[in-house]
Amino acid sequence: MKTHYLIPAIVLGMALAASPASAQKKYDVGATDTEIKIGNIMPYSGPASAYGVIGKAIDAYFKKINAEQGGINGRKINFISYDDGYNPAKAVEQARKLVESDEVLFILNSLGTPSNSAIQKYMNAKQVPQLFVATGATKWGDPKNFPWTMGWQPPYQSEARIYAAYILKNKPNAKIGILYQNDDFGKDYLKGLKDGLGDKAKSLIVSEQPYEVTDPTIDSQVINLKGAGVDTLVTITTPKFGAQTIKKVAELGWKPTHIITNVSASVGGVLKPAGLENCKDILSTAYLKDASDPTWKDDAGLKNWIAFMDKYMPDANKADGSLVYGYSVAQTMVQVLKQAGDNLTRENIMKQAASLKDVQLEMALPGVKLNTSATDFYPFDQMQMMQFGTDSWKLFGPVITGGVASAT
Amino acid sequence: MELFLHQVLAGLATGGIYACMALAIVMIYQAIDHLNFAQGEMAMFSTFIAWQLIEWGFPYWAAFFLTLAISFAGGYMIERVIMRPLHNAPILSHVAMFIALFAILNSAAGFIWDYQVKNFPTPFGTKSILGEGLLSAHDAGMIGATVVMLLFLFLFFRYTRIGLSMRAAAANPESARLVGIRVGWMLALGWGMAASIGAVAGMLIAPVVFLEPNMMSSILLYGFAGAVVGGLTSPAGAVVGGLMVGVIENLAGTFIPVIGRELKLTIALALIVLVLTVKPSGLFGRTVVHRV
Amino acid sequence: MNTAAPVSKRRAYEAPAYWRWLGFLIVAAIALPLPFLLKNFFIFQLTLAMVYAIAILGLNLLTGFNGQFSLGHSAFFALGAYTAAILMDQYDVSYYWTLPVAGIVCFVAGFLFGLPALRLEGVYLALATFALAISMPQILKLSPLEHWTGGVQGIVLIKPNAPFGLPLNPDQWLYFFVFAVAALLFFCAYNLVSSRTGRAIKAIRDNPVAARTMGVNLSLYKSLTFGVSALYTGIAGALGGIAVQFVAPDSFTFGLSIALFVGLVVGGVGSIGGALFGAWFVLFVPNIAEQVSKGLAGAVYGVMLVLLIYLMPFGLAGLVRMAAMRFARAKR
Repeated sequence: MKTHYLIPAIVLGMALAASPASAQKKYDVGATDTEIKIGNIMPYSGPASAYGVIGKAIDAYFKKINAEQGGINGRKINFISYDDGYNPAKAVEQARKLVESDEVLFILNSLGTPSNSAIQKYMNAKQVPQLFVATGATKWGDPKNFPWTMGWQPPYQSEARIYAAYILKNKPNAKIGILYQNDDFGKDYLKGLKDGLGDKAKSLIVSEQPYEVTDPTIDSQVINLKGAGVDTLVTITTPKFGAQTIKKVAELGWKPTHIITNVSASVGGVLKPAGLENCKDILSTAYLKDASDPTWKDDAGLKNWIAFMDKYMPDANKADGSLVYGYSVAQTMVQVLKQAGDNLTRENIMKQAASLKDVQLEMALPGVKLNTSATDFYPFDQMQMMQFGTDSWKLFGPVITGGVASAT
Repeated sequence: MELFLHQVLAGLATGGIYACMALAIVMIYQAIDHLNFAQGEMAMFSTFIAWQLIEWGFPYWAAFFLTLAISFAGGYMIERVIMRPLHNAPILSHVAMFIALFAILNSAAGFIWDYQVKNFPTPFGTKSILGEGLLSAHDAGMIGATVVMLLFLFLFFRYTRIGLSMRAAAANPESARLVGIRVGWMLALGWGMAASIGAVAGMLIAPVVFLEPNMMSSILLYGFAGAVVGGLTSPAGAVVGGLMVGVIENLAGTFIPVIGRELKLTIALALIVLVLTVKPSGLFGRTVVHRV
Repeated sequence: MNTAAPVSKRRAYEAPAYWRWLGFLIVAAIALPLPFLLKNFFIFQLTLAMVYAIAILGLNLLTGFNGQFSLGHSAFFALGAYTAAILMDQYDVSYYWTLPVAGIVCFVAGFLFGLPALRLEGVYLALATFALAISMPQILKLSPLEHWTGGVQGIVLIKPNAPFGLPLNPDQWLYFFVFAVAALLFFCAYNLVSSRTGRAIKAIRDNPVAARTMGVNLSLYKSLTFGVSALYTGIAGALGGIAVQFVAPDSFTFGLSIALFVGLVVGGVGSIGGALFGAWFVLFVPNIAEQVSKGLAGAVYGVMLVLLIYLMPFGLAGLVRMAAMRFARAKR
């Protein structure tokens, strides 16, 4: 299977080596003198269609690069994005289509833990990079067993460990209650939190309440948490349920120390709908800037982002955190491709992705930098804690470098 | 015991959502003799229209009634344009059509209004009226509005000429036609009314669960469950059924260890299937006897 | 002509036996050389299409021939896939042995589910099966079962290689393997439907009271049909799991039930060959839809479904049947 792709590369390599002028140019399938083909898989339809906008943002950013800079090193980016409807079986079909039919150089930011789990083995067997996957599951940074797969966002477990450390330091006798989504996302956080609490997990956690994505409300779970005497609530939810939780906690007149995951910390997407007056003192962490948070209104990076949005995605809702996410993923990719120069083999792409050094993205928090190495496949592994004031998040404490990458 | 009471109260509050949806389902079942899988998406779409009107500066009640009118027209049009050409096709083709409608409305709403959750105002306020936030003014208002709608439907179907004609047209189109009822028109009217009632349900539910394109997909399921457990032929049964589903679900989730928390929906559904095998027409439904 | 018309109409519905053999030979003549002409990716897609065809055929046996409505077949598909996956992953069973096991497990599950479902009709049965489909992913995620199911992370499988040193790559081999299984299952379905049992099954659909009067044991036949239908879908699930090399709760949501149901309707309710077209629709129409518009992929899919049902309210099989009738009449 391997040789199938290597042969053209070798032949091509020899052919190119013969002409001294372009001796350093090396290509695998999907890259030429004029074009780089990048594949992507997104849930444009189905239950997770809210995230489809990430794919559109990446596409828009590559259009900008093609239009304003003529591509990267003179090669235009051809971004091919397919829909998998958040169905792993469909993701396998689309990944094979991208690799075998469209012949992309690599697949970028395919979304969802189930979908990426489904294609991981295939991508590694084919030795096609599965770069910067759009999920925070901890298993994506495993270069020993899966050298062709790399994560991007901070692993959920790292974030959960930050909360665990915060609780141990500030509320050593907390009665912790956890509300979590009963899927890979929720369970990964839960594991990180328990690992972070260590031996104290058993004595501190008084109630764990799962909910299903299909549950219309989480009222029953919140009531159980309050009933269990919880004084520190950790909410591991997607945005809709995050907003519901904040609102229900306020309605119950309950005032626990409330920690909410970064996934549900968007001012425009979660806190405003839930009512800003209900959000005072909520804790969370961040690694990207929240475009709907007034803290950043004079920030140069944000201004660039807004200019980009106005020109390339004028109809999009700027409160949507996924747009900043997609923009930043695309910028990371451009950085990697610039580093790769004229050596556009799959091996070199992987090598360059694994040699990011202190890259500061425009929309990442100041001091939160991208770092990778041959053994560290977690590009973002830094976050900072924050607490909500009256209308915006206030960052506090140091930039914390990842629990998981250094722990494992 | 205190927890039990709390869960029952909260269950009633959530059950109010299901009851509201169940009523809309029963309504269309009465009118077209069918379960409409797109009912939830129609309600969601109507709610987005109301939200848009409010964003444009309409006062709440103006937007509310305007949405009812638009939804009525929309439901009417769906029958005329989409369902009418199929009136001779087999039932399963109709169901496939509902699925198509579901996909179209869901995707169009996401395209027009994006997927960010939106806050939808409530006309009743959010003050707690019972048990420190367990039952808010909105929850009570929602249950009250459902009961009012129920009463209205009861009177409509029982005593008005047009209501009786609609029932006749759904139950037995051939005979209805013979006594001079315009069956096609009745069907379209039924769709229109079902869309309006769905719109009310959507506008009452949205303040609780937040407005977004997928907000109804799971509520529809609970609404179905409520409607079926109460009996599809009985609007009052549907309301009671919806409230029951809310309470059972909460109690199962709270008091059955381990699997209860992870399987509360499954347990609620299993109970419903159990009810059905004992009493196939639902708790309050009439048994329909087929003559050969 | 006038008096004979209804009779000839009835006859035209049942195509002569040699037509079927001819049909099969044509399909085989097209299908068998394909893996040597196409890229691996297309072979994989066609393999999946055959898997869905088997599942739709299973659903058709229940809905089309027996008149029992089901929205829960994604659950049997999942059960089959997980049976195969757990056997392969935990007990190192060969992939081909997992098929009969998956079939039997699903048959039993279907039969047992069919028993209480006997008392349910129409929408009530639809709701009960709907509940089954919704519950399945939750049960698969259940923490006490995580040891076997892998919980939310699912199970990764290994793709089988061609046996006996056949010069085929795994995609080609799996294609032929699935083709053989599908051919066998379609053949069995034809025979079942036209047998004495099949007539009893259809009689229940057309007129349950009359069927009972004729001495058909309603509950037995209905439950058996449920079991056989689940068996077909379960085998499809097992094959699907092996082909995709991955099973996870998210693969078997209610959406799959809907997809199978839509495949059933566009293929033709009560038509065995229609399952092939239904599978084509399930697999390829979403791909076409997203190429038209990414933001409105769902809506485009819906519109295409609407147009197709307008064009052929009785499915493709209905359209072919009608064309055949016209043709037969014109000849006369």
